[in-house]
Amino acid sequence: MRQDLYQHHDYYLIDDLLTPEHKLIRETVRSYVKEKLSPIIEDYAQRAEFPKHIVKELGEIGAFGPSLPAEYGCGGLDEISYGIIMQELERCDSGIRSTASVQGSLVMYPIYKYGSEEQRKKYLPKLAKGELFGCFGLTEPNHGSNPAGMETNFKDKGDHYLLNGAKMWISNSPLADIAVVWAKNEQGKIRGLIVERGMEGFTTPTTHGKWSLRASITGELVFDNVKVPKENLLPNVEGLKGPLGCLSTARYGIAWGAIGAALDCYDTALRYAKERVQFGRPLAGFQLQQKKLAEMITEITKAQLLVWRLGTLKNEGKATPAQISMAKRNSCEIALNIARESRQILGGMGITGEYPIMRHLMNLETVITYEGTHDIHLLITGQDITGINAFQ
Amino acid sequence: MKILVPISKVPDTTSKIAFVDNNTKFSTDNVQFIMNPTDEWYALTKALELKEAQGGEVVVIHAGLADSEQVIRKALAIGADSAFRIDMDPTDAYAISVEIANHAKTGGYDLVITGKETIDYNSFEVGGMVAELLDWNAVALVSKLDIAGGKATATRDIEGGTETVEFSLPAVICATKDLAAARIPNMKGIMASRTKPLTVLAATGADKLTSIASYQTPEKAKECKYVSVDNVAELVRLLHEEAKVI
Ligand SMILES: Cc1cc2nc3c(=O)[nH]c(=O)nc-3n(C[C@H](O)[C@H](O)[C@H](O)COP(=O)(O)OP(=O)(O)OC[C@H]3O[C@@H](n4cnc5c(N)ncnc54)[C@H](O)[C@@H]3O)c2cc1C
Repeated sequence: MRQDLYQHHDYYLIDDLLTPEHKLIRETVRSYVKEKLSPIIEDYAQRAEFPKHIVKELGEIGAFGPSLPAEYGCGGLDEISYGIIMQELERCDSGIRSTASVQGSLVMYPIYKYGSEEQRKKYLPKLAKGELFGCFGLTEPNHGSNPAGMETNFKDKGDHYLLNGAKMWISNSPLADIAVVWAKNEQGKIRGLIVERGMEGFTTPTTHGKWSLRASITGELVFDNVKVPKENLLPNVEGLKGPLGCLSTARYGIAWGAIGAALDCYDTALRYAKERVQFGRPLAGFQLQQKKLAEMITEITKAQLLVWRLGTLKNEGKATPAQISMAKRNSCEIALNIARESRQILGGMGITGEYPIMRHLMNLETVITYEGTHDIHLLITGQDITGINAFQ
Repeated sequence: MKILVPISKVPDTTSKIAFVDNNTKFSTDNVQFIMNPTDEWYALTKALELKEAQGGEVVVIHAGLADSEQVIRKALAIGADSAFRIDMDPTDAYAISVEIANHAKTGGYDLVITGKETIDYNSFEVGGMVAELLDWNAVALVSKLDIAGGKATATRDIEGGTETVEFSLPAVICATKDLAAARIPNMKGIMASRTKPLTVLAATGADKLTSIASYQTPEKAKECKYVSVDNVAELVRLLHEEAKVI
């Protein structure tokens, strides 16, 4: 791939709404990305391989659970900082951001929010450093958009729980040391369990043949009479609100993150359009191309304002799950449209690995699907404004 | 060991450079500023390596206005213990050097490490002037530095090779490539930098010995001319008559 020449685009001077610390965080993650990730990402994505070594690096820069408290080895930063980190990572690749989202929002967050003090102390500092790698098991072969119907279950066997079932589409699973797994107890209530690699009957087969998120590893979680120690149950939550709470945190990160992918596509297309000459003038001089570029920066600017406001609300503890859902849906949709349009501006070059756009475009097909599909998020907003449940 | 690292703020190398007011002022519109790379990558990190190996304290000092805070915070996030900002518009190397030397004189420092030059004006002046004003030893273009028992040994770049010199402390050295390994800050460092002291000092108002008369951007690079490999005579003619290099 070519040298990473990315420059930030801030049409509405949204930087003025950020603190010097936010900007320093952005600069930090961007330097890390340009130095360590941009040079290798295309190659890993082409080979459909996860760059394992980055888990430690992401831990070192503090990309795992940055807004969780410092006393557990986390960053102790605000929600806007978290968003900025996700955006800079996804500017490089949605798979890299997914790795960080899963570890921070779907593994560390539930342990922090729903776990006991012992669980927090045992797992969080190591997860923050990247010494332990985690995954989150909610989706099942027969239950995707409707997780409440899950079949994975556990029985109380006195001194331990006996876990059975299977999860699929699980990011990080083949390499994870621990899995936060959502399963039903004998009363049919959804509870969270921390399942550790090495427990008998627990396997994590890899999912092959993905055309999307190729630099992130995905797999299954299979539980065949797995004995889970009782102290591995997350004590402080019961019901679907457990996993949904995690999803809200991760969706918030995606709302920021997907804009990163959009910015990278726009930046690439803008530079290319100014340099590539056809019919005696740069592509950027043709009205049809200008329309595309103008619409792109407009949508990016609107999305940037939306997530900034959402971050402010989240800092104040006022962001609702429906507001987060709207921003996730919007960012994914605009990013995917921008990826498609910008790919066309590059003509044939747009489909090669020489430029990042085709990779973003394919990645975003996952991003618009996981953590609630586009449709599901429309239904969430629909229910919120009408009061009528249209899911079933 | 107490080490002072002067850091400066420069435009990011990808910034568009433009001049206003009849080419007398550098336009800061849409310019992203960063810490001067040789200050960050070599001077500050060498100071931190020395501190980590031998104990002590690393202090950064910056001559500039309040909008430089991000650069100073970054130095603290990378690991400096405290910072001073001399409140002044840093346009003249002598005036800056006087302020830094004034602070260094009374601060109990053993060593001042500057970057070899800033990437905007490349004037290569502050390190030498600070040493002169303090009447301390000075070694420029240092790519390796060892300190043991109050004695320092430095390798410095000279024309066509390197030279190894021994000197006593206190001293001022100007860091160049290879002196230390650059570090990217992390979120914990950024958090920690919040509570590290950043003291603003009033400038003593040293005389400015220079002022900018005007700027000029370099001529646009000329287009490449391609000459076929079997036409050496044409190549020689072009080099002689057009490029005028032979
Ligand atoms: C690469 C990748 C990584 C993933 N990582 C994880 C992970 O780490 N952990 C995890 O638990 N899950 C993960 N997922 C799973 C992801 O969250 C699900 O794929 C997603 O929730 C959709 O579920 P599904 O694939 O079963 O689709 P389905 O639920 O079968 O949906 C299929 C289609 O039907 C539509 N649809 C469904 N219900 C309705 C309705 N009521 N009204 C209208 N339309 C509807 C959907 O919008 C969609 O278009 C990952 C997925 C991918 C692709």
